[in-house]
Amino acid sequence: MTTIQRVRYIGKPLVFAACLVPAFLVVGDLFGITGTLGANPVEELLDRFGNWGLRFMMIVLAVTPLRVLTGLNWIGRFRRMLGLFAAFYVFAHFAVWLVIDQGVYLPGIVEDIVERPFITIGMVALLLLGAMAATSTDAMRRRLGRQWQRLHYGAYAAAILGVWHYWWQVKADILEPAIYAAILTLLLGFRLWKRLTRSSLPTRRSAVPAAQTGS
Amino acid sequence: MLIRKPADIRPSEITSRSNYVNRRSFIKAGLAAGGGLIASPGLSAVLPREPRAKLDDIAPSRFSTDETPTSYEDITTYNNFYEFGTGKDDPHRNARDFEPWPWTLDVEGHAEKTGAFHLEDFVKPYALEERIYRMRCVEAWSMVIPWVGFPLADVIKTLQPTSKAKYVAFRTLHDPERMPGQRRRVLDWPYREGLTIAEAMHPLTILAVGVYDEVMPNQNGAPIRLVVPWKYGFKGIKSIVGIRFTERMPGTSWNMSAPHEYGFYANVNPNVDHPRWSQARERRIGSGLFASRQPTLMFNGYAEQVASLYEGLDLVRNY
Repeated sequence: MTTIQRVRYIGKPLVFAACLVPAFLVVGDLFGITGTLGANPVEELLDRFGNWGLRFMMIVLAVTPLRVLTGLNWIGRFRRMLGLFAAFYVFAHFAVWLVIDQGVYLPGIVEDIVERPFITIGMVALLLLGAMAATSTDAMRRRLGRQWQRLHYGAYAAAILGVWHYWWQVKADILEPAIYAAILTLLLGFRLWKRLTRSSLPTRRSAVPAAQTGS
Repeated sequence: MLIRKPADIRPSEITSRSNYVNRRSFIKAGLAAGGGLIASPGLSAVLPREPRAKLDDIAPSRFSTDETPTSYEDITTYNNFYEFGTGKDDPHRNARDFEPWPWTLDVEGHAEKTGAFHLEDFVKPYALEERIYRMRCVEAWSMVIPWVGFPLADVIKTLQPTSKAKYVAFRTLHDPERMPGQRRRVLDWPYREGLTIAEAMHPLTILAVGVYDEVMPNQNGAPIRLVVPWKYGFKGIKSIVGIRFTERMPGTSWNMSAPHEYGFYANVNPNVDHPRWSQARERRIGSGLFASRQPTLMFNGYAEQVASLYEGLDLVRNY
């Protein structure tokens, strides 16, 4: 079995299943099987999905640094799936807010987006993630060409906005958003450092043949 | 905005205008009657020390709402008490081993009777009442809680503040050994709160020593806490060790932490939004995942009783 085959037939199904665990735990807690959602289930759902959205954004942004540092180019093959899971959890977070928290009550929704800056920036991050998820197929990538890469630099902006969105909505205890901010600084700092030291990052395109020959 | 009259307080329960206008003589009469109450046996508050111990001789109150109380489970597992952690389920997990007793209360400032009191002696003169109140958190969730306590006004009458006393300031225990949340400087410990003397004397304002006919659970502010039902929950300072009568407006913790977000008054007001979230509607805890938010009422539905306290005060500026 080649590395590509191992990634495709073993790695990807395993990672896919692992990425769904938080969602299954939410469903399990919802029905009181694996635990409970507590006294305020709406808030708990928002927190869980929002947190997992942020975590997956950190994970997907860690893919390239990890690939470069370890030289294991096959790691890059998980990037799209992890990015789609980030979008999935952020959209679940958004759906809970829209449907359950706001009850699709339009005046409340519009007021929140317009008047609460933390929700405004959350919406911008959501739109970015939506655009990237919609253009994540190989066909879209080919069709958009150079524009595709530009659009997908939006991952950096979405992660920054996401952490900012979290930071802005906590009352006093900024410990958790500060941890996300520190991780994000490291992940983006790595890219900046690479760019400044002019050792350009090998793209995934060039990484693929390397992985094939290495198998 | 049209303020709906809350249905749960009957017209007979509302202080009549003549009583309100003559409230000073009314208070004096109450003082005289209070003297009689102290002497009569069976009405004094006794606080057992064991967790979940039953409280005896609790009288019902005309100030109670007839809304369905939130479950004991929800009241005791979901709340803010940063002294035991900043998560909503932290207090019930981290306050489990907290031992309040023995508890001493310091009374300081502009009053005739100041000094340190053992809590047992402090509460003894007062008759326990059940007060089922709405509780509205500034975070836009709410509960209905059957508190057990006594009017703060009764305590103030006993302590005899002087004419210089314009405010009452409260202080929570500061003991990072016993309150692990205080090991991080999330707020400027100790937690502090305050009321104007008129707010403190209002019959709705109570010092609570129990919930659901039992002693106050640690996570809800054992052994004694403040409850001011027309204000956001953070005004209800927990585990009180200090009461001070002051001439100037005292510093209050959340106001000191974020002055643009939390004012001194912190009256529940659906028309004045928190800068980061709307106060127009609230989520009632225990109503289920798909229950919609309900409209928040002015002064948390206690406008009939308390609006007169704020006549002439700009409630948008004095949030």
